[in-house]
Amino acid sequence: MTGRRSAEEIGSTPTGPRALPPLGPQRSVPAPEEVDTVLGSGLRVVAVRRPDVPMVELRLRVPFADTSGRDDSAHAAVAEVLATTILSGTSSRSRVGIDDDLAGVGGEIGFSVDPERLSVSGHALADGLDTLLDVLADLVLAATHPDDELARERERLVERIELASAQPSVIARRALQERRYGAHPVTREMPRPEEVTAVTADAVRSLQASALLPGGSVLVLVGDLDPADAVARVEKALAGWSGGRAAPLPALPELRARDLLLVDRPGAVQSQLRLSAPAVGRTDPRYPALQLANLALGGYFSSRLVENLREDKGYTYHASSSLELDPHGAVLAVETDVASEVTGPALLEARYELGRLAVVPPTEDEVESARRYLVGSLLISMTTQAGYASTVAALAAHGLSSSWVREHPARLEAVTTDEVAAAATEFFAPTRFTGVVVADAARTGPGLHALGGVEIP
Amino acid sequence: MTSSVTAPARGLHRRVLDNGLRVLLVPDAAAPVVGIAVHVDVGFRSEPEGRTGFAHLFEHLMFQGSESLEKLAHFRHVQSSGGVFNGSTHQDYTNYFEVLPSAALERALFLEADRLRAPRLTHENLRNQVDVVKEEIRLNVLNRPYGGFPWILLPPVLYDTYPNAHNGYGDFTDLEQASLDDAAAFFDAYYAPGNAVLTVVGDLDPDETAALVDKHFGDIPARAVPTRPSFAEPPPDGERRESVVDANAPLPALALGHRLPDPHADLPGYLAHAVLASLLTDGEAARLTQRLVYGDELVTDVSASCGLMGAPLDARDPDTFTVTAVYPGTVDPQRIIGAVDDELATLAADGPDPDELRRVTARWASSLHREHDRLMSRMLALGSAELVQGRAELADELPGLIAAVEPSAVAAAAGSLRPDQRAVLTVTPGGAA
Repeated sequence: MTGRRSAEEIGSTPTGPRALPPLGPQRSVPAPEEVDTVLGSGLRVVAVRRPDVPMVELRLRVPFADTSGRDDSAHAAVAEVLATTILSGTSSRSRVGIDDDLAGVGGEIGFSVDPERLSVSGHALADGLDTLLDVLADLVLAATHPDDELARERERLVERIELASAQPSVIARRALQERRYGAHPVTREMPRPEEVTAVTADAVRSLQASALLPGGSVLVLVGDLDPADAVARVEKALAGWSGGRAAPLPALPELRARDLLLVDRPGAVQSQLRLSAPAVGRTDPRYPALQLANLALGGYFSSRLVENLREDKGYTYHASSSLELDPHGAVLAVETDVASEVTGPALLEARYELGRLAVVPPTEDEVESARRYLVGSLLISMTTQAGYASTVAALAAHGLSSSWVREHPARLEAVTTDEVAAAATEFFAPTRFTGVVVADAARTGPGLHALGGVEIP
Repeated sequence: MTSSVTAPARGLHRRVLDNGLRVLLVPDAAAPVVGIAVHVDVGFRSEPEGRTGFAHLFEHLMFQGSESLEKLAHFRHVQSSGGVFNGSTHQDYTNYFEVLPSAALERALFLEADRLRAPRLTHENLRNQVDVVKEEIRLNVLNRPYGGFPWILLPPVLYDTYPNAHNGYGDFTDLEQASLDDAAAFFDAYYAPGNAVLTVVGDLDPDETAALVDKHFGDIPARAVPTRPSFAEPPPDGERRESVVDANAPLPALALGHRLPDPHADLPGYLAHAVLASLLTDGEAARLTQRLVYGDELVTDVSASCGLMGAPLDARDPDTFTVTAVYPGTVDPQRIIGAVDDELATLAADGPDPDELRRVTARWASSLHREHDRLMSRMLALGSAELVQGRAELADELPGLIAAVEPSAVAAAAGSLRPDQRAVLTVTPGGAA
């Protein structure tokens, strides 16, 4: 090629910079047809017609908390084994039979459990809804947890936990939960291998019988369906499911401000910074303003944390601030992973941005950008059957309905810059935070010690 | 069930601008959102020797501003219009995309056009993004178990030539040596409008959108389009084995790599391999899952994939069929490999059961319906199918094509995965972390 261009020549044209086009008109969409009802068993069923593709999405959320009140409770391990072995067979279907029946209607079903609930996610071709519901009912009512399958799954689960426990993000999450909540059941997100090994088949069967209950649970169906008809099919398929109310998560201990705890991970080439502070949940009048302030700090790419830590300093690939919601409220979580050698500097910058948000509040432009992003990304997240189903299930699990999300854009539009500033000051002051730093202590300890506010064991 | 297997027919409007830019306009009024994607015909296989990771690093630079947009402005304009964005670098292409409320259609076209016309490549941004990419590599490869397994670790065992074998994320030394001149030369060579496909999907009017595309992309001057080199190389002439140590891994792992048929020359043969991968490891009833996880109890997890990066038809020839497994330290990996060979031999001899094949087909149809329900996924599938395979329609036709795969073709695919033409990579826990 003759006369190759320089970088400077590439970056300019004879016309010069051009003006950004304005936004056009935005079409709004009517709410989809929906039935939201509670069956006699206490199971809440939400069915939504979204016929975009010939599929149906299923979400079931069963409150599944440990209510034993014991520090040595086996609940988390038993629940984890239950979620793993429930697909091993029922009184009428083998493990392969379950999968074959689902595959025949393009279906899949998965179980997972956390300290708050047992979650089922599934989907199938729309004309396979009855099969999907039939398999779900069979699993909920007649899973057998066969001894031999359970013994094997227990071993696999131990191996998977060992795999996961080697992930820095998992190490950091566990350390953060314990720093925030001590021994509260909410910290038991992943049982220890020795706890899993001790789980018996009887304990699993007994937990399924006593805790997998319809009362207070919610089943969501979204897809190419008739909502009233879908509810009728659910009622028929799950007619045998009864027995009382499932156990909701007890209120969490109040987060209190503390030094960050340095957790040693010898040889690590990257450090995990995790900071957390109390916040408020969806039903609090300050929530929309808090959301906007959170976005301005680190809730999306165009935020102070990302622009500072990544785009200015090059310390990290990602930095974020988010709201973790539970049935009783919410907490703020600020996180970033940075190279070991800049661990101290990155913590300094993170604290600086927290302090700056509290005292130099988001500008009108920052608030408007955050607002447009929240309204738009909410719209985008609801455009798929799967996204719609997950959103409605998350809301319903916390006692809200789809109207909350439809009305939320109006709440966001109503927030003033002053209200965002007030939320920023109230919630983001660095002195309100606790947290952990997972890092190679030998390399990062001296810098963190010099910076202060870090407990170095 | 056959009615569910064919994707709904939707209009697809194809045109080429005078500067060579190929344009796909795909109206889809399901929701009031739009997506726009630019797929550029250059991936990490095309980056120069001594500049490993450059295609991906350059992708980062394309977000750093352009003639009309200061650093950070691209992100801010997309997000403050309510949209989401990203980009990614693959073997044979690099894509840039955003999904936004439909009100932002023209704005998004403007943003993409501005950086395709005149990106702002500066020394400061280059150095900053080298640091960011190094953190990305630490996060995804160096500081985690099984980082780069198998997509970085397997190719150097299976392939001999630099384009196919090298690490597409890049060595730190190469990244650090990347210069502004490299970036300018790369842009001029590969980012010509004639070397890219623009895909616009969503709540749009094709004629109005065509006019907006002309308005914003039409005056990007045409430049020479590079001749695409062939990356062909002969298949391995024997079984190749290598072992690596992973300091972060708690359990050993292995990867088998085989060459796939060229999808241009033999699409049915290629798709038979996609079906084969599903038969082997998709779902509890899949053959390798049953045999290795539940039957012989040799592995913790096993996964087969048609395509090195996880999705079929994402690359041109040559591409890789992989089988990966994580297993307890007490298991001899040779037993796992032997069991895989057994299952392949059985499938090659007897073919799949018709019911088994029908279940795989139904799962494919359903997963493609779900993928296409998400505008971003459908847009990216259309754009990459147009660029890499020459036909966007392939993305929508895939469920039908998969449903048409015959048992005999799957048997032939199983038989083609020969032990004497494969790579075997084992990962040994280093125990340091």
